[in-house]
Amino acid sequence: MAAVDKLEQGARRADEPLKGVLIPEHVETSTGLDHRKMVMWVFIASESIFFAALMATYLVNRDKVSLEEGPGHLDLAVASFNTFILLFSSLTMVLALQAIERAKKGRMIFLLVATAFWGLVFLGGQAFEYIELINNGITFDTNVWSSSFFALTGFHGTHVLIGIIWIVMLIIRALRGGISEHNHLAVELGGLYWHFVDLVWVVLFTIIYLI
Amino acid sequence: MATNVLALPRASQPTGLMSWITTVDHKRIGILYLITAVIFFIVGGIEALIIRTQLAAASNTLVGPNLYNELFTMHGTTMIFLAVMPLNSGFGNYLVPLMIGARDMAFPRLNALGYWLFLFGGLLLYSSFLVGGAPDAGWFGYAPLSERAYSPTHGVDFWILSLQLLGISSIVGSLNFIVTIINMRAPGMTINRLPLLVWGTLVTSLLVIFALPSVSVAMFLLLFDRVFSTSFYLPNNGGDPLLWQHLFWFFGHPEVYIMIMPPFGIISEILATNSRKPIFGYAAMAFAFAGISFVSFTVWAHHMFAVGMSPAADAVFAGMSFVVAVPTGIKIFNWLATIWRGSLRINSAFLFAAGFIGQFTIGGLSGVILAAVPVDWQVTDTYFVIGHFHYTLFAGAVLALFAGTYYWFPKMTGRFLNERLGQLHFWFTMVGMTLVFLIMHYVGVLGMPRRIYTYGAAQGWEVWNFIETIGAYLVAFGVLFFVINIITSLRHKATATNDPWDGQTLEWATSSPPPAYNFASMLPVNSPRPLWDAKYGPHGEFASNPKTVDLSGGGTATVHLPSPSIWPLVLTIGLSIIAIGIIFGFDGGPLALDISGMGMALQSLPIGLVTGIVVFFIGLIGWVSQPAS
Repeated sequence: MAAVDKLEQGARRADEPLKGVLIPEHVETSTGLDHRKMVMWVFIASESIFFAALMATYLVNRDKVSLEEGPGHLDLAVASFNTFILLFSSLTMVLALQAIERAKKGRMIFLLVATAFWGLVFLGGQAFEYIELINNGITFDTNVWSSSFFALTGFHGTHVLIGIIWIVMLIIRALRGGISEHNHLAVELGGLYWHFVDLVWVVLFTIIYLI
Repeated sequence: MATNVLALPRASQPTGLMSWITTVDHKRIGILYLITAVIFFIVGGIEALIIRTQLAAASNTLVGPNLYNELFTMHGTTMIFLAVMPLNSGFGNYLVPLMIGARDMAFPRLNALGYWLFLFGGLLLYSSFLVGGAPDAGWFGYAPLSERAYSPTHGVDFWILSLQLLGISSIVGSLNFIVTIINMRAPGMTINRLPLLVWGTLVTSLLVIFALPSVSVAMFLLLFDRVFSTSFYLPNNGGDPLLWQHLFWFFGHPEVYIMIMPPFGIISEILATNSRKPIFGYAAMAFAFAGISFVSFTVWAHHMFAVGMSPAADAVFAGMSFVVAVPTGIKIFNWLATIWRGSLRINSAFLFAAGFIGQFTIGGLSGVILAAVPVDWQVTDTYFVIGHFHYTLFAGAVLALFAGTYYWFPKMTGRFLNERLGQLHFWFTMVGMTLVFLIMHYVGVLGMPRRIYTYGAAQGWEVWNFIETIGAYLVAFGVLFFVINIITSLRHKATATNDPWDGQTLEWATSSPPPAYNFASMLPVNSPRPLWDAKYGPHGEFASNPKTVDLSGGGTATVHLPSPSIWPLVLTIGLSIIAIGIIFGFDGGPLALDISGMGMALQSLPIGLVTGIVVFFIGLIGWVSQPAS
């Protein structure tokens, strides 16, 4: 109300329209949070439902086949190794962000390369698991368990692949000078996505291999 | 970045057609959404007319069963995904930034991507008519009816892939709305001062974010069944058709609220302005939005009472469905209280909004009837259900969108729509829709099943169906008046002032149409009615001598705006090629390149898919290389 009164006191003729106060060139966001960071969180919320639907599909089909027809051929050792690798890649991702926050760009690039490398190792382990299943005669269309397994882990693997491409683009951008200690939101966003994909794997590992 | 050849130069200002193709202005994108969606609405309406003409007489032979299946599938899919949802997006795109005092959406290029995906998704769906047949398994695509064995043409593949494109469009649009509304409000505009259309858009966007991934997964699995011979929904091989129904309706029920929430907002704005009163019970209205959207995630299985769930599940889903009536009832009473003792301005916008209240209430009541399990068992899959949801979606969403068009047309174009034609439109629509949809309830109780292409004269449904068909043509004449009205009004001189309806919200504080940057200056926001406060004083102090407001800066202010971009279109083209490549790239389809002679494990290469991915990446690299603002 005070602001309205202030407008009134301005030199305004009675027949002239109210003009309000000029909008500054740079406007802060209402929450103080960067748009890109907020959209990333909302996107992750949406992705959670995507994986929830796939997991529900896996869970309803899990017990429909005997062990020999599918789940018995899974390799817990490989999956555990893969879980460790992916969790480790989250660590290197965190350290990469920390490095650029401390203006250590070279170290950040090294850690991003490491993260992408661990991602590739994970995909390699996944491929190993797939080949093992296929050699045992279990393919995408063998039964509902195998279809659900390949769909669930395939969509997750695709997300890991997208994450790797994302990190490679971050590395290229950093090499071309697009990332600095004052401008590293892109690393943080890529990290958010990477940790989410990692977290999804922890749940997948639990429902596929442990319970 | 200056060395990057892929980036468009910052200062480029394309003109003519190119300026629309590369636009990132929320107002232009909004108009593109609206025009495209109206065209699809007319196409979907023509499909409805053919359906009604076929059913007008017993044992009619105008269309055969196959074409009839395609027609009702395309009618439903078109009206939901290509008409009502994008019309909501169009109004939201145009109005939300104006209403919250922002200069654009949070992500202008993402906004353009949403539009292009909508357009190409729609074109992809309709191109199925040209290559072997449209989808014919209903808009709900129930498996196993939609499986390869029962729907052998590529129609359902087109349906799946185009809905995936439309789904991405809705998701990116909703992400954009959420961030825009939460992050770009004018100083002083708290969440509890948002105009109700903005509330409706925010809630709808949240629903899209949480509901759509479920149907996206459902359709991927169906695609795998059709293309890679899995059996997710094939009971003979251990699959489960109910899995489709659960995944589909977990999206499908929130979807009906996705379609109706923004219209609720539109109605709230129009009734308040045309009653010259603040909206009654603003906080209750806002909470009702939140309440409906929350409950909407707990009622999906009321579409599945007839499949034989346990009595406990039936009871819970019926009970939650009854609960929806409470916040919806709050809204209806608040609208009535808003009009109550108002100083009414009765024009086309008001008539449609008032008609909405009455007609939508009928749809709400028949919804409560259907939520009762025994009644649902009796009338499920009959015309009673068709009558019910057309009362919510036609009498609800579409009437509100008509109202919104009459109300905001002056803001968007500077021109008024003709009142006489508008009222003709209103009365034809009102009488016509009552004839069609009210009688459908009765015919449904008589036992007429839905999705049948004809019926025998002995059933005794003929006279009612004939009257329904007359009603459908009355509605069509109404829409004809509407289209004529838009075309002729656009040729008139621009006479609309900033604030032709004495509005309450910020979009009326700038010029009609607004300048590219929307606002040069801003009013202080101390209530949900910032413009009203400025004109009349927060407590009506200036009521005897109301002020006028102009925040447009004369349309000549120099404001830094985001550069136009071609990359959203390139990304969309890439995704569309991927979609076509999936449809025709497997099982020896025309886009499957035979590489069996090359001695690799892979026998054939889906070249369309590969090409699409390449185009997509070119678009992506272009996008990230272009400066964001």
